[in-house]
This record gives sequence, C-alpha cells and structure tokens, in this order.
Amino acid sequence: MSDQDPNLSASTGGTPGARKGFLRRFLDAPADNTAKTIVVAVGLCLVASMVVSAAAVSLRPLQERNAALDKQVNILQVAGLYEEGIDVAEAFTAFEPHVLELATGTFTEAYDAASFDDRAAADDASLSTALTDDPASIGRQANFVTVYLLRNDDGSLDKVILPVYGYGLWSTLYGFMALEEDGNTIYGLQFYDHAETPGLGAEVDNPRWKALWRDKKLRTEEGQGELAITVAKTPPAAGRDYYVDALSGATLTSRGVDNLVRFWMSDRGFEPFLERVRAGDI
Amino acid sequence: MAQTYRSMLVDPMVDNNPITLQVLGICSALAVTSSLQVALVMTIAVTMVTAFSSMFISVLRSQIPSSIRIIVQMIVIASLVIVVDQILKAYAYEISKTLSVFVGLIITNCIVMGRAEAFAMKNPPFASFVDGIGNGLGYGLILMLVGTIRELFGSGSLFGITIFETVNNGGWYVPNGLLLLPPSAFFVIGLLIWAFRTWKPEQVEEREYRIQTVEAH
Repeated sequence: MSDQDPNLSASTGGTPGARKGFLRRFLDAPADNTAKTIVVAVGLCLVASMVVSAAAVSLRPLQERNAALDKQVNILQVAGLYEEGIDVAEAFTAFEPHVLELATGTFTEAYDAASFDDRAAADDASLSTALTDDPASIGRQANFVTVYLLRNDDGSLDKVILPVYGYGLWSTLYGFMALEEDGNTIYGLQFYDHAETPGLGAEVDNPRWKALWRDKKLRTEEGQGELAITVAKTPPAAGRDYYVDALSGATLTSRGVDNLVRFWMSDRGFEPFLERVRAGDI
Repeated sequence: MAQTYRSMLVDPMVDNNPITLQVLGICSALAVTSSLQVALVMTIAVTMVTAFSSMFISVLRSQIPSSIRIIVQMIVIASLVIVVDQILKAYAYEISKTLSVFVGLIITNCIVMGRAEAFAMKNPPFASFVDGIGNGLGYGLILMLVGTIRELFGSGSLFGITIFETVNNGGWYVPNGLLLLPPSAFFVIGLLIWAFRTWKPEQVEEREYRIQTVEAH
C-alpha cells in the first residue's frame, strides 16, 4: 500500500515506531512486506483451521446421530417396512441383528451386534483381510459384518438384509441388499452413502432403478448353480431373471455396482451364509 | 460512496444479476434446481457464504498482501463453506445428502470469488456484507425461477406438494422428464437471459465481431 509510511515497517525496531505496541506496528506495516505476508498467511490458516475444526468437532455428535438414524431408515426401506413419519427406532426393533463371520457363514457372539461398527472393523487390521484380487476395490474386507434378519410371526425367516459396499466412480457406495427367505431372490438393493455424480451415477438412488432389482435371482438353479446376477447394458445368457439394466450415462458406477454385488454374493462374500439360508438353517 | 445500501441489495436482482447478466455460477444452477426445496437451501447457503466471506475479506482488506490475496480469499471462503456443510449435515441431513458435492462446490462458485475480488477488497465491511446478501439473493432469485419451472413441469409439484397429478399416480399430467435432467436448466436459463435482455435492452452485450461489407469491383 503506497499511502502508508514506510518508516513504520515491522522490521525497524528502535525507531520512534518501536514505542507503539507490536500489534499497531504490525498493522501499519505495508501489506506487501515479505515478513508480513508470511505472518498473515500463517495466522489466517491457523484461525481458519481452528474455526473449521471447532465446527466439525462440536457438530459431530449430531451428525453421527443423523447418520445412524439414516442407516436405520435405509434398512427399513430396503426391507419394505418404511413409511413416512413412523417411529424409526421402534420399527427397527423388528430386526434381529447378528454379527456374522463371513468365512464360516455362522453368527458369532464375540461382538455385540447392537454396537458393532462395520466400517471401523473393515479398517481394523486384526478384524479384516487385505485383498489382492479385489473386484469391488475395497482394499480390505472385514471378517465380521452385521446382518439383519426379519422373521415372520411364527419365527420362520422372512428376509435377510446384508451390508454391501464397493467403489463406483468417485466414491465407495455403502448399501444393503435384502434377500427373500430362499436366500436367492432379491427383494431390494439400496445405497445409503455414496458421492456419485448427481443426475448420473447418483441415479442408483432413483426408485425406478431400485425397483428393477425386485424378484431378480442371484444364482441359477434355485441357488445351486452359478452366480449369474449382473448389471449390464444387455441381458446375460442366463436370462432376464438375472439382469438389471445398467444406468445410462453412468457406465463406471454401474460397473462398480455390478462388481460389488457379484463380489459380496460370491464365495468370498456371503455365499457360505446364504448356503445355510437356502438349507433353512437360519 | 457511489452506491446506496438499497441499490447494493436491489441491483443484483435484475440490473446486475450474477447469473443472467454476468453469467456466473451456472454449474450449480444446473445441478440444484430440479426441486425447489434444494434450490432454496442452496440459495441460503450461497447467500450466507457470500455475505460473510465478503465481510471478513473486507475487514482484512488493508492487511491482505496483494501477492497472496486470491489465496487469502479462498481460505476465508473455503472455511465458511466447510462450516456451512457441517451445519447442514447436523441439522438438515436429508437435504445435505441431496446437495451432496454442490455445497463443497460453493467454494468454486464464481459469484463468491467475484464479489470478494471486485467489491470487498475495495469497500468497508458492512457495505460488503450487504453486497454479498444482494448477490446471493440475485443468484437465488434465478435459482427459484428455474426451480419453479423445472419442478412444476418436470414432476408436477412445488416444494414437493403435488400441483398437477401425474399420470403415474393416476392423474392427467404427463411430466416432461427432460426438465428433471441438468441440460434443461441450460434452456430455461437461456430463455430467462433472453427475457431479461428483451425487457432491459441495455444488458445486451456488444458484438465481438463486426460484419464487414466488401465492395465488389
């Protein structure tokens, strides 16, 4: 700033300017002074980072509660139990949560299903396995996941809700797949957390696209055959029962959904558990 | 001061509208106008960010070294946007999911940067704040106009309340699906610019070329 007196620059200690307070001298210094440029940059970054962290930390409990509630709403929706205005916490008691050991397909009592955190478990080296062949691009696969069972009044199995996740175009898509009691017929697939392109990849949330999943089959021959479900532009050889039309304009997101569904429903995913469901063991 | 507070608030509505005259902020205007509710939240978020970033930048303006002024402006704007994003996630979770990346993209919204650089660097804090509010509202006005057209004719509703009963729900209205897709906002904004410039011919830009007539020998 040319209109300021150059004698007042911050570096001139000992001149009459030194009798003013440090702050005054600093503020009066020309803005283009190199030392001042650095001080302004560092100071502003410090203040800005404090403001941002304060907002993030103070609002986190509310955000986490929203996210947990949203997850419950999504589980209710994928099971077809959600209606506008219902008491989510109460409706959610219809589900029977279990922590499942993927490799064996059996429930474990080692963790409390109500408080087990799937996402934290997938990052925990002791609870997850690094993948080398990784079609869903998830890096590490959790050894334990939370599944939700929905039973009929007589105690027989009605639906199973399985968590699935995998990489789309920009983000990891987290969702739930609901299967009928035969362990092979899809009731619904729904993602509750992703950051795909709105209008293109984010159309995975479009109700009309989600409706395509209803009554599709995972495997041929009543679940005994090959894993045939596919998201593609044309129906597979196995037929339309195993085909969900890919989203137009979202090739990579569709491919991501295809990969993650096929990965999680394969032998490395829920197949050991689904085998038991098909046998009527659950 | 050349401008009164009133003109700072009112000018960006029509006479100096950031979207129709300056053609800034088009990207987000395409993305968030398929429903009015989302457009309204985006308007509020952009208005708040523009107003407060202009105010803070104006407070700091004599201390901002010109060599790093754009970075300083970006830091102020980005911090405010993150705070707004955090607040939305805490108090309007559903809407923040719908807005998804577009809240973050307010940082790159040319309107915010434009006001910081063009106005707040030269004017006192309160005037900059008012100017920010005015420009945010000017942006919002167009967003709401476009949103009204797109939601009404694209899904037969306003603010999610059914106005035209659509065929899918057993009514008579066949919704125009194109209006729900981002490209339709180009058409609507283009028509709005045409309407504004027909109404106020002084907004028409001068041609960048001149048609030369060459004399034939």
